[in-house]
Amino acid sequence: MGRDVLLIEDEPNIIEAIRFVLSRDGWNVQTHSDGRGAYDRVVDLRPDVVILDVMLPERSGFDILRDIRAGKETAALPVLVLTAKGQSKDREMAESLGASRFMTKPFSNNEVLATVRDLAGP
Amino acid sequence: MRGGLTGTRIRERRMMAGLRQAELAAAVGISPSYLNLIEHNRRRIGGKLLVDIARRLDVEASALAEGAEVALLQGLREAAAGHEAASADLPRIEEFAGRFPGWAQLVVDQGRRLAELERTVELLSDRMAHDPSLSASLHEVLSVVTAIRATAAILAETKDIDPGWQARFHRNIHDDSRRLAEGTKALVTYLDDSTDAPDRQGTPQEEVEAFLKARGYHFPELEAGHADIGALIASGAELSSAPARELARRFLERYAHDAASLPLEAFAAAVSETGPEPGHLAHRFGVDPLMVFRRLASLPEARMGTPAGLVLCDGSGTLTFRKPLAGFALPRFGAACPLWPLYRALTHPMDRVRLVVEQASRPPQRFLTYALCQPVGMQGFSGPQVVEAAMLILPAPRGAEDAEATPIGTSCRVCPRRDCAARREPSILADGF
Repeated sequence: MGRDVLLIEDEPNIIEAIRFVLSRDGWNVQTHSDGRGAYDRVVDLRPDVVILDVMLPERSGFDILRDIRAGKETAALPVLVLTAKGQSKDREMAESLGASRFMTKPFSNNEVLATVRDLAGP
Repeated sequence: MRGGLTGTRIRERRMMAGLRQAELAAAVGISPSYLNLIEHNRRRIGGKLLVDIARRLDVEASALAEGAEVALLQGLREAAAGHEAASADLPRIEEFAGRFPGWAQLVVDQGRRLAELERTVELLSDRMAHDPSLSASLHEVLSVVTAIRATAAILAETKDIDPGWQARFHRNIHDDSRRLAEGTKALVTYLDDSTDAPDRQGTPQEEVEAFLKARGYHFPELEAGHADIGALIASGAELSSAPARELARRFLERYAHDAASLPLEAFAAAVSETGPEPGHLAHRFGVDPLMVFRRLASLPEARMGTPAGLVLCDGSGTLTFRKPLAGFALPRFGAACPLWPLYRALTHPMDRVRLVVEQASRPPQRFLTYALCQPVGMQGFSGPQVVEAAMLILPAPRGAEDAEATPIGTSCRVCPRRDCAARREPSILADGF
């Protein structure tokens, strides 16, 4: 049985592409497409890896990441932060909030896949 | 051009008065050779000596050192700000202006142009960093590019892709490419519009100031009460950006309201009768003093009997309106002198401030100022309290030279006052004039 990835992203075609790539690699891909309720999904699902977009409707990915790191049950989850904002201040913000990895859009599918595998561990 | 300099003016006035150099020198207690250096703009002059010479020549001290020369020297000091080598040469600034007035003007013009360009760069940087429309447009484009790249990679790299998925991804790429085309077109249109905004006048506020200055801060059409404000704005070639036109519209609407409340003829007659004392005028017409400030600053000098300057600031202290008065230098960029009565009023809302101030110019010039800070707009009890402060600047009345005056400057960088408790940054004139 595959391991779980929660993809929190609002762009439908990015969701579809990432879901396709990860599914073919054996991952169970769950998705959530806005900021509101995203943290509750993380708590409910307790995935092996979270892929988190920063620019989300209703609530920023940074706020969600802050909640994840503050939650006792979710603090240690590997989180890959995706953003279209590649400025250094965003990278610094993601790192200061405890992002496991940071990737700027546009990214390559292989890069995402390799990072998810790496974060989930053996 | 040299006729614009203090030394040259002294020499002209002395000769008109039929005095020899030795006579004037003796009268003011200096040697003839020193006076000769002054008259040839080789020595700086100011303060008591200038006043003594002016008195002996029976002219106002300001008549010997005002106008083009003051503006040129002030411009040179501004241009020298932050430039180490030029700052070190400040003691020779008058010699430079006197001997090479054309070059000096070039330095001033280029310094101002540089400041305008720096301001434009700052504006554009701010826009790039903080403009939500630009940020949203770029985010949209990058998101679509990401989707296209990810989908195209799947199609290119997946050999055994299911035909159903393949068709779906083709459709996604098609949809995304259309979104990308629309997004980039919108972005280019936005950037085209934005590059028009700073334009040659600089900030929107500067465009409005150029518009008002070109019309002498007076609008006969609005005085008559039947002007089309839209047409007035459309006729303003200086108002090249949409934000400037919006600021101008607000200004003109307030002007029209003021003119309706204080009709020109009645107001000008009252000013002729009692003088430009805002308190009396506000009481007489039953209006708030800030309206009187604005009306006094909008009257033609011929009707007012005296020139008037006006500055307004918002609750943050940012200057939102500047009508200059000769000799009272207003900073072009950045913050003004914190000792201005304007800021005293800002920190004491509703207190009426009347102060004679002395600008740290050479020679020192005095002005009569009135300042007041009041809430603006009707915010109700739940909204933020928005305030506006205003300072009316009038020439000092006769006799003010003997009165106590509050020392002020233009802004710290070009202010020579030593040991000023309000100083926020070192002056380039640390050694005085």
